[in-house]
Amino acid sequence: MLGFNTVIAISLCYVAILFMVAFLAERRATQGNATWLHSPLIYTLSLSIYCTAWTFYGAVGYAARSGLEFVTIYLGPTLMMIGWWWILRKLVRIGRAQRITSIADLVSSRFGKSTSLGVIVTVISVVAATPYIALQLQSVTLAFAVFAQTGGQLWQDADLNATAMWVAVGLFIFTVIFGTRNLDANERHHGIVMAIAVEAVVKLIALLAVGVFVVWGVAGGPAEMMTRIDSSDVVLWDQNGGRWVSLLFLSGAALLCLPRMFQVLVVENADERHLAIASWAFPTYLMLMSLFVVPIAVVGLDLLPAGSNPDLFVLTVPLHEGKQGLAMLSFLGGFSSATSMVMVATIALATMVSNHIVVPMWLSLRPNEQAVMSGDVRHVILLARRLSIAGVLFLGLVYYRVSGGGTALAAIGLVSFSGAVQILPAMLGGVFWRGASRLGAAAGLLTGLAFWLWTLFLPSFGVEALISQTVIEQGPYGLSWLRPQAMFGIVGLDPLVHGLLWSMLLNTGMFILVSLVTFPTPLERLQGAQFVNVFEHSAAAPAWTTAAAGAEDLLIMAQRIMGSEQAQAIFEREAARQGKNGFLPEVTPNFVELLERELAGSVGAATSHAMVGQLIGGSGVSVEDLIAVADEAAQILEYSNRLEAKSSEQEQTARALRDANDKLTALSIQKDAFLSQISHELRTPMTSIRSFSDILRDGDIPLSDQKRYSGIIHDEAIRLTGLLDDLLDLSVLENGQVMLHVNTGNLGVLIERAIGAAGGLEDTLEIVCAPELAQIAVTTDLDRLVQVFINLIANTRKYCDAEQQRLKISVLKRDGMYLIDFVDNGCGIAPENQQLIFEKFSRVADGSKAGGAGLGLAICREIMRRLGGDIAYLPGQYGTAFRITLPK
Amino acid sequence: MSNGLKSKIFLEQAGYRQRRLRDALRFWPIFGCILLVIPLLWKPDATDHALDARALIYVFGVWALLIAVTAIMARGLRVDDVPDPTPKP
Repeated sequence: MLGFNTVIAISLCYVAILFMVAFLAERRATQGNATWLHSPLIYTLSLSIYCTAWTFYGAVGYAARSGLEFVTIYLGPTLMMIGWWWILRKLVRIGRAQRITSIADLVSSRFGKSTSLGVIVTVISVVAATPYIALQLQSVTLAFAVFAQTGGQLWQDADLNATAMWVAVGLFIFTVIFGTRNLDANERHHGIVMAIAVEAVVKLIALLAVGVFVVWGVAGGPAEMMTRIDSSDVVLWDQNGGRWVSLLFLSGAALLCLPRMFQVLVVENADERHLAIASWAFPTYLMLMSLFVVPIAVVGLDLLPAGSNPDLFVLTVPLHEGKQGLAMLSFLGGFSSATSMVMVATIALATMVSNHIVVPMWLSLRPNEQAVMSGDVRHVILLARRLSIAGVLFLGLVYYRVSGGGTALAAIGLVSFSGAVQILPAMLGGVFWRGASRLGAAAGLLTGLAFWLWTLFLPSFGVEALISQTVIEQGPYGLSWLRPQAMFGIVGLDPLVHGLLWSMLLNTGMFILVSLVTFPTPLERLQGAQFVNVFEHSAAAPAWTTAAAGAEDLLIMAQRIMGSEQAQAIFEREAARQGKNGFLPEVTPNFVELLERELAGSVGAATSHAMVGQLIGGSGVSVEDLIAVADEAAQILEYSNRLEAKSSEQEQTARALRDANDKLTALSIQKDAFLSQISHELRTPMTSIRSFSDILRDGDIPLSDQKRYSGIIHDEAIRLTGLLDDLLDLSVLENGQVMLHVNTGNLGVLIERAIGAAGGLEDTLEIVCAPELAQIAVTTDLDRLVQVFINLIANTRKYCDAEQQRLKISVLKRDGMYLIDFVDNGCGIAPENQQLIFEKFSRVADGSKAGGAGLGLAICREIMRRLGGDIAYLPGQYGTAFRITLPK
Repeated sequence: MSNGLKSKIFLEQAGYRQRRLRDALRFWPIFGCILLVIPLLWKPDATDHALDARALIYVFGVWALLIAVTAIMARGLRVDDVPDPTPKP
C-alpha cells in the first residue's frame, strides 16, 4: 500500500534529483563545455512546457466531457510548428538581432522602445497567466488529495490550501535559485532548461505508461480498445464547427503569445537551425502525449464509479486497478508538468515585470544620481525579479483560493489562453507590417484586454463570484447590449467563441484603424524597418546621430547594469576593433548602438534606450536620418555601405597614425622638458655635494656640523645613484638583456612583501587586500613583480590626493590571465594623460612633489611586458586605478 | 571551361530545389489547416458511434502525415545564412 508519507518522500527525492540536474547543468555551463545543452533535443524537450498539468490531467477530463475537441489544443501548435518558415523563423531571428528578453520587450522594442507598451503587455501577460498558475497548483494539490484519500483521510479545504501554499513556496525557492542566479546578457538559464528537459521526459513516459497499461492491461489490445471506444458513452465526434476552428486558432496563437512559450521558443533559442528539427519533433511529442487520452477517458468512465472527477483518471485508474507503482509514476508526471510550467512562466513574467515596470520606476525616482556604484542597477533587477516571482506565485494562489479551485481544468486553461493571445495582433502586425504604429498597438491591446476581462476573465470565477447572475442575464445597469456573454445583443454563441471573437475582432480592428490614422515617430519607423526587413541584411542608419557622451561615462553606466567585468570586456573589444589600446574606444554612433543593444539584453530595449538617451542627451534619430532607410534610398545606402566598409579600414589606420603622431608630439615636448629636468636633477645634488665638500675641505668646523654636512653629501649621492640605477634598469629592460629568475610564489605574500618594502604599514595609507589574493600562486620572476607592486603603492602615497588615502587591491581570472587591480580613492587621471603616464620621462603632477624623474611607471610597463603581461590604466573606477595582467 | 559551366548549372539546380522546398514548407501548413477542418463537413449523428472511431483515426492519421512530411522536408532543407550562435560571454 502506497502511504501518503511515501508519496511525499518520493516527491521530495524527485525534487532533490531535479536540483542536482539543474546544479550540474549550471556548473557545466559556467565551465564552458555546454555544447550538449544547446542541442536540438534539449530545445525540443524544453518546448514541452506547453504540456502542463492541464494536458497531463485535464486532457483526459476534456475528452471525457467533449470528445475529440481536446486535440485542437495540440493541433494548433502543430500547425504553427510545421509552418515555422512563416512566423517562428522570423521571430527567432528578430529575437537574436535585437536581443529580445521577453514578449513585452518584443512589442515595446518594435514600437519605438515604448515603455508604456511594455507595461501593457506585461499586465496582460500577468493577468492571463494567473489562472493558469492557479490551475497548476490546483492539479498538484488534487493529486496529493487523491493519495491522502486512498490513505484513508478525506481532505478538507484547509488541507488543500496548505498544500497549495507549500507547493508554491517550493517552486519559489527552486525558481529563484536557478532562474535569477545571473543576469545573462541573452537570458539563458541552463539549470532550469535542463530540469524541464528531464521533466519533459518523465511526463511523457508517465502518460505513455498509463496509456499502455490501459490499452493492453485493461482493455486487452488495440482492437478491443477500439470496440470499447465505439460502445462507450463518450461522444467523440459531435463537433461545433465554430469551437473547433476557434480552438485551433487559439492554441496555435497561444504557442506564440504565452510568455513562457516565447521564453523557450525565442529567448532561450541558441541556434536557428534547431527550429527545423523542432518543427517535426515537437509535434511528435504532442501527438504522443495525446495518443492515449481517449482510451484512458473511456476506460476511466467504464471502471470508476459515476461522479468521479475525470480530470484525475490518469491517477485514479491505476490506483483503482491496484497498480501503485504506475500511480506513483503518473503522479510524478503530473507533478513535472505543473512545476516546469510554473518555473518557466514565473521567470518569463518576472523578467517582464522587472524590466518594464520596476526598473523604469526605480530609474525615474532617482534621475541622474551620481553616487553610483558598479553593478547597482543589476542588484535592483535581480531583487525585482525575485520579488516578482514571489508576486506572480502569490497571485496564482489568490486566484486558486478565490475561484475555489472547483472549475474544470479545461475551462480555466482556455480563459488564460484567450487572454494571452490578445498580444497576437500587435506582435504579428509589428513583425510583418511596417505601417503598424505605437498608438495603434496600444489601442488594440487595451481594447482586447477590456473585452477579454469582461467576457471571459471575470465570469471565469464562477457565477456570483465577481459578476452577479443578473448582470450576466441583463447586462450592467440594465444595458442588455453589454451582457458579458452576449455582447451587442448577439446571443446563442458559445461563451468562449463569443469572447474570443469579439475581443480579437475589436483588438485587431482598433490596431489597424489607429495605425492607419496616426503618424509614427522616427524611432518607431526605424525599428519597424529593422523588424520587418530582418532577413535583408541592409544595415540601417544607427538610431543615434551624434554621440556627445564621453566613453568613460558610458562605461560607468554599463558597469552599473552588467557589472564591471562584462562591461569592461565589451569596451576593450570595441577599442581593439578600432585599433586603440586600453578600455576607452572612440564613441561612434555605431558603438552607442551596439552598447544599447547589449544593455537591452539585460534590462530590455525601452530601459536601455532611456538610459543611453540620458547620457547622450536625447539626440536620437530625426526624420532626415530616416530618409536613409526609406525604400527609394535603399540602393544608395547599399552602395555607400560598401564604400564605408572599405573606408573604415583606412579610417582605422588613419586613427592609429593620428594617435601615434599625437603621442610623438607630446613625447618630444616631454623629452625636451626631461633634458632640462634631468640636468636639473643631476645638477642640484651635484651642487650641494660640491659646496658641502668645499666647506669640509676648508676644515676648521665643529664635529657636529662636519657630521651633518657629510650626511647631506651621502644622501645626495644616494639620490644620484638611485636616478642612475633607474635609467640603467630601464635601458636594460628595453634592450631585452634582462635575466628572469622564475619562481613560484603566493600572490598574497608578494603583496605583503611589497607593502612592507614600500613602508605601507607606518603611515596614513590604508591598504585593503581582497582575500582571494592569498589563494593564488604565480610562477614568474617574483622580485620583478614585487618591484612593480612597490612602485604602484609608492605612487599612491605620492599622488593620491584624498584626505584618508585608501588603496584597494583585488584579483580576477579571465582567459587564462590574472588581472590584478590597484584602485585608490584619489581623483583619477585626466583622459588625455591616461596613455601618456607610461611613457618614459612623463609626469603628470609637478616635479617638486614627485621627487622622481617619471621613470617608475615606464619601468613597471617594461617589466610586465617582459613577464608576458601588461599594465594599463583602468578608467571608470572613481579613482586612480591600474590593472596588471599576468599570465597564469 | 566546360567544367566551370557544369558546376554552375549544378549550383543553379540545387538552389532551385532549395527554393521550391521552401515554397513547399510555406504551403504545407495551409494544406494541413484544410485537412483538419474537413471532418467538420461530416454529418454528425449521435447514434452512430462508427463515426467516432473514424474521426479518431482520421485526426491522428492526418497528424502523423503532417509530422512525417515536415520531417522529410526539414532533412532536405539547408538553412544557410543563419548567423552563428552567439558565444557565451
